[in-house]
Amino acid sequence: MPETQTQTKSAAGAPPKDNRERMLERAMSRHNYSGDALIEVLHTAQELYGHLTPQLLATIARKLKLPPSRVLGVVTFYHFFSLAPKGEHTFIVCTGTACYVKGAQALLDKLTHRCRCKPGGTSPDGKVSVAGARCIGSCGLAPAVIYDGNILARVTPEQLDAELDRIGVQ
Amino acid sequence: MTIEELEQLRIQEQERQRRLENRIYCCSAAGCLSSGGHQVRQAITEAVKAQGLDGKVEVCGTGCMGLCSRGPLVRSERDDRLYGELTPEEAAELVRASAEAEAKLAARRIDTSSPFFSKQLKIVLANSGKVDPERIQDYIAAGGYQALAKALTEMTPQEVIEEIKNSGLRGRGGAGYATGIKWELVARQPASPKYVVCNADEGDPGAFMDRSVLEGDPHRVLEGMALAGYAVGAQQGYIYVRGEYALAIQRLQTAIKQAEREHLLGNRVLETGFQFRIDVRIGAGAFVCGEETALIASIEGKRGQPKQRPPYPSESGLWGKPTLINNVETYANVPAIIERGAEWFASIGTESSKGTKVFALAGRVQNTGLIEVPMGTPLRTILFDIGGGVPEGSEFKAAQTGGPSGGCIPAEHLDTPVDYESLQKIGSIMGSGGLIVMDNTSCMVDVARFFMEFCMDESCGKCIPCRAGTVQMHEILERITKGEASMEDLDLLEQMAALLKEASLCGLGQTAPNPVLSTLQYFRQEYEAHIKEGRCPAGHCSIARAEEVRR
Repeated sequence: MPETQTQTKSAAGAPPKDNRERMLERAMSRHNYSGDALIEVLHTAQELYGHLTPQLLATIARKLKLPPSRVLGVVTFYHFFSLAPKGEHTFIVCTGTACYVKGAQALLDKLTHRCRCKPGGTSPDGKVSVAGARCIGSCGLAPAVIYDGNILARVTPEQLDAELDRIGVQ
Repeated sequence: MTIEELEQLRIQEQERQRRLENRIYCCSAAGCLSSGGHQVRQAITEAVKAQGLDGKVEVCGTGCMGLCSRGPLVRSERDDRLYGELTPEEAAELVRASAEAEAKLAARRIDTSSPFFSKQLKIVLANSGKVDPERIQDYIAAGGYQALAKALTEMTPQEVIEEIKNSGLRGRGGAGYATGIKWELVARQPASPKYVVCNADEGDPGAFMDRSVLEGDPHRVLEGMALAGYAVGAQQGYIYVRGEYALAIQRLQTAIKQAEREHLLGNRVLETGFQFRIDVRIGAGAFVCGEETALIASIEGKRGQPKQRPPYPSESGLWGKPTLINNVETYANVPAIIERGAEWFASIGTESSKGTKVFALAGRVQNTGLIEVPMGTPLRTILFDIGGGVPEGSEFKAAQTGGPSGGCIPAEHLDTPVDYESLQKIGSIMGSGGLIVMDNTSCMVDVARFFMEFCMDESCGKCIPCRAGTVQMHEILERITKGEASMEDLDLLEQMAALLKEASLCGLGQTAPNPVLSTLQYFRQEYEAHIKEGRCPAGHCSIARAEEVRR
């Protein structure tokens, strides 16, 4: 599904390792290594590597001639950028108003309880990442959950239980 | 492409479509895709192939058709029939024009003369559901880029601005500033270069209008921006889109490429001296970037923190240059105004609010989806005639407009006409167009807490009233929903609300107290029930959950 393309691409379909460096370099040169393009470059880096490592940030800071503090400042400001690796599976619960009215909180509670992590975190065994999302625009299907890139409509806590059992979450 | 060639292309494409036996439009907006729209489209495509109808029957994707709760939606051009909740097997039947197939599909047919359709008026969404957003020819055949051609050949930039001013168009992002005056301010600036920016950082939870417009009719927005560029004297435009809107981003990029190839964007637009380029900038998930100065900072690759105004972006915006910022829906109105004239546009709506407004209708309402109504339509018409009212067995409680900056409107104000001033008078705002219906299962204190939590998370942290105030207000609201608050806390809540409104730097903090104030105004008894009696009348917040556990 389109919503999470950028997030899921990194997990499964990441390009081969050696290529990634070159692709990141190309993204930077396309913008003439301008500091203004920092956010575009970070998007590319996260797409290629899945998450942003300290080494990656240092490289970007050096090449764009920006202080490392400015790069880290931008990364931590925006929700989209992640400094930690993602789990094998991802549940994103829409917490938009329509989903809230129709019971999204119970879904989020269920997931965080079973996976023993906070929204935005990953279960201790690295199996499942749980996140809340601002409105994903599927308000007609509320409450909605994006599970590994697919939108599930009118989700119930029982459905989540069944799926968590299936993928072997204790 | 010259203007003659544009006209030729329009006629050619119209002819081509007329020669087809049928054209089947499958809704490919996010709502229908997530209810199985992709499989339905595939089934129809395969059925067309299997029956040897290639070249006679065309299957195409299209933008949001509106009635998302009945998705996946499919429209058959031949008899102009709309079908909903189709399974792939049923959808395949659509291809055949037989009495048998018709009988099978009768139950899936949606009556397009019902109030959901008849009470709407579509300007911004005119093409949504009628053109393939991935083909520029479709947009051109529907009269697209004619407004740009008209402006470039028959009008001076000043005349374009006058037309927008006379139309009475106001900003659709929420604040409602007069669009024509904004354009004039930028046009008058001596500095150059100038920039045109489209704010597509639709952040309100429960709002998906801009996304639907971008996904369903991206060329309309591009044309609107090009017209703005011509009017104010800019050669470069940026569309700042939320990173979450991957499909919208992809469609926009496709549309820009197509328009550049046809010389409708780029150097020498339509072989005239006008040049205009548009680039997409992808947001990274920060609600505050919907604020114009924060959005500018984000385009410049910085933390999206707002700046003090003045200077306004019209004077000193992107890279310190004069910058015009409008919302997606505002730009989407522009081509229609230039083509059909200011007088036509001004004849729709009310005295001070002209034209139409797109709403994303969601929550506890029968027909959820995307609608467009003339300004001044009473809320009751929108919620009960178009929306079909609340589900059976429940009772309407409130309608929420304006997201975290808006308010809750109770049943007693249902006859309020929807326009900028009337909504403000009853403690809410027009906002960008999210319209959420709540029934007796929604706890209004918890609703206020929900929005305050949102603002607390999204506060950028630059100014103290917003950074610390939202945390304090959220804490009080949380205590109320847990039954641990006292009546003094209500006074404190009101004091804090006044402080945030007065002292915050940008719109986020200034409007963050609105949901609290409007629920306090209309549903004070619910707050008091939580505090004095330790119970939740709606049975839907922490108190209620704790009670359930006890039982």
